[in-house]
Amino acid sequence: MTKIGSPAVCNRRRFVVAAAAATAVAVLPNLPALAQDQPEAKPWDALVKKILGDAKPVEGKLTIDMAEIAENGNTVPFTVAVDSPMSDKDYVKAIHLISTANPRPEVVVFRFTPAAGVAKAESRLRLVSTQDVIAIAELSDGKFLMTRRPVKVTVGGCGG
Amino acid sequence: MQNPRVKLPEKAKPGEVIQVKTLISHVMETGQRKDADGKTIPRKIINSFSAKFEGQDVFSAEMFPGISANPYLSFFFKVPGPGEFEFTWVEDGGARVVQKEKLNVVA
Repeated sequence: MTKIGSPAVCNRRRFVVAAAAATAVAVLPNLPALAQDQPEAKPWDALVKKILGDAKPVEGKLTIDMAEIAENGNTVPFTVAVDSPMSDKDYVKAIHLISTANPRPEVVVFRFTPAAGVAKAESRLRLVSTQDVIAIAELSDGKFLMTRRPVKVTVGGCGG
Repeated sequence: MQNPRVKLPEKAKPGEVIQVKTLISHVMETGQRKDADGKTIPRKIINSFSAKFEGQDVFSAEMFPGISANPYLSFFFKVPGPGEFEFTWVEDGGARVVQKEKLNVVA
């Protein structure tokens, strides 16, 4: 039986990543300089670009409500909300929640209709380690809102 | 995927915005874990949820392995009048659970 969220699995994964990075640096001494010129594209970064396309998101009106310190990364309650009239002409179509450190950046996409009355939703997510989470809201007029906030994780959820 | 639970207010008035809370039992296997033999346990999660009221879309969610086991989802709804909700959860592989709940609307 594998224990859910076993710390050994977390540590092993981190160790493998660290070891691979160390080997790469040792074999290719010029790599750090190269890496500076072309920063490694993070999966969450690619996802943010995919959602936004060419649009420039603005800050404000979108909030992520969650504990500053999550004791158990297996289940971290959160609320996302946009201050919106939710009328037929002006409403929030979707809110995406993105992790910057989990094995997969996508967490959830909430899709709203004006029938919701309020653009607000709650759930619980897994967080492998201390990180930032990002929310992006897609509005009915084609504009985007974006916000991010840090969360400290005491015991990581380790993707399950 | 079993035991879907939905919490609606006991009474709601037309025009009022109510909170709808849902919960369902599911392991939400991420596809990242390995068993004792080192083999990857295949991903099996509930990947989507939707809520309709009298056949009209209200709210939906696309879920990924980052959502915790026994997924809890809550959203809001502006009551247009009496009617019935239909909630649907869909698992990887296509299995689905549908739950219907009447909303008690008082004038």
